[in-house]
Amino acid sequence: MKELDPWVMLAILQEMLGPLLWLLVGVAALGLAAFVALLWRERRIDARRVVLSQLDGVIGGALALVVMARVSSSGFTDAGGPIDWIVIALVFCAGLVGTAILAYTAMGFCPRCRGGRCRPGTEDGRARGAARA
Amino acid sequence: MPDHRNRYGAHAATDARRRRLVQLGAVTAAGAALRPLPALAAPATVRTSARIVIAGAGAAGLAAAARLSAALEGARITLIDARREHYYQPGFTLIASGIKPADYSTSTTAEYVPRGVELVGQAVAEFDPDGKRVVTQDGAEHPYDFLVVATGLSLEYGLIRGMDERLIGSNGLGSIYHSPGAAHATWRLMSAFADRGGRGIFLRPATEMKCAGAPLKYTFITDDYLRRRGNRGKAELVYNAHDRSLFGVPIVSEKVRMLFEDRGVQVRHERVLEAIDPGRRRAVFRTPEGTEEQDYDFINVVPPMRAPAAVRNSPLPWRTGPWAEQGWLEVDPGTLRHVRYPEVFGVGDVAGVPKGKTAASVKWQVPVAVDHLVADIAGRTSDAIYTGYTSCPLITRLGRAMLIEFDYRNNLVPSFPGVIAPLEELWITWVMKTMALKPTYIEMLRGRA
Repeated sequence: MKELDPWVMLAILQEMLGPLLWLLVGVAALGLAAFVALLWRERRIDARRVVLSQLDGVIGGALALVVMARVSSSGFTDAGGPIDWIVIALVFCAGLVGTAILAYTAMGFCPRCRGGRCRPGTEDGRARGAARA
Repeated sequence: MPDHRNRYGAHAATDARRRRLVQLGAVTAAGAALRPLPALAAPATVRTSARIVIAGAGAAGLAAAARLSAALEGARITLIDARREHYYQPGFTLIASGIKPADYSTSTTAEYVPRGVELVGQAVAEFDPDGKRVVTQDGAEHPYDFLVVATGLSLEYGLIRGMDERLIGSNGLGSIYHSPGAAHATWRLMSAFADRGGRGIFLRPATEMKCAGAPLKYTFITDDYLRRRGNRGKAELVYNAHDRSLFGVPIVSEKVRMLFEDRGVQVRHERVLEAIDPGRRRAVFRTPEGTEEQDYDFINVVPPMRAPAAVRNSPLPWRTGPWAEQGWLEVDPGTLRHVRYPEVFGVGDVAGVPKGKTAASVKWQVPVAVDHLVADIAGRTSDAIYTGYTSCPLITRLGRAMLIEFDYRNNLVPSFPGVIAPLEELWITWVMKTMALKPTYIEMLRGRA
């Protein structure tokens, strides 16, 4: 533990997660690229979509905590000092932000979800779908 | 020191361009834009025809093989070890605690042997440092220019009267050090003990030992299981220390004393397990006054440890001082070079140095020993020094541990000062122990950490 450089950390993460690491990195990279592409296309932030994606993000953050607890054979009642709470908050935030970005992007590219919520079969949804086609 | 620098016609052959290409390929494949760091930055390889024998293919032997094969071109490197399985020994405590499955620690030696290194599946029968050769049990001789002794140590259950290793896992007799199987069998016993309570006996030997924190950890973990199952009130836990302290580092010893007091663990000092009667569940301890019998419902036997017979019976161990009897290799504590045979290095558990028979010690010893060995071949001098750094994630309950890091001088040397306090029971340290240490260890075996 005396030396933790990023290169060694990468090797350790690869040992811990195996191929899953690259799957996660791939999802993160693609999600981020799609998010940037969406922003570029729309040139604005959709407030309603932001709120909805943040709600999804809360679920993602909680899920990240559950995964962390499972793989570490421990629970959050085990936190014993400030660094523990900081790490727990970071894990939650990572899950929240990652899920929120993915959810925002998915909603943005889903023609029936434009404007922040899915409206299957509505005039608006069909009109937007037709406009894109 | 004999002049063996020119005999191999050694010269530095910088192969930086090829290595840079390999690293670039690795980085591209990883899809990461990380800059190769100094630890992996292309070092100059040394071309040589030197014969290097590494006795022992455990953590230290494999890590040395990986680093030597990366640093040398043309060297004939031979690894000698009879055991085909490789054990990740820091995982034994986790297996014995029901945290990890029985096969968590077991892999094969062959999967870590670097390309170009020959693995001889024999036990070493004789070290002949005067003749510069190692003889294996099949009678084959392996001459060397340099020798790395990394045989590990020998668990001496036979020195406890009445002890029979085959009984581990029955009748309350546990021992997590023996093997992954014994660790798992000990978990079943400890779990049964936590279900009903009784008298639990814990101890450590009077010899030098690997991971001196493990017996303490297991005491804490047993206490925690008893509490979680509502049976702590039905149990008595006794920790028998071989001397007046609980840990070799005074400040840590005092912290453990406080924690034991808090958890209601009785401490008995200057108690050394001398004999055991598994049938009657009775342990006999040597005390300054004579002997003391302690009955148990569950016991975690930690055997005396010493250097393997082939080392003890060779000219390599200390000849005087506290380590002579146990046969530890007489090496310089800073360079790991043998004091009387300069072409011999000792790393890992077998090294006769003041601290740390742990995987963390190996991680910091091997690069130093290898640097000195390669410097000899290259005709330069090395200023690499091992300060005795070692670490012990001391589990104090399920879900929490203290990250204890120290050196030869009993100084605490925290890696994350101000962030991870060494004497604080933290969840993050538990996460490191259960998640990060094994991958780090495997990276170490491959010479990458």
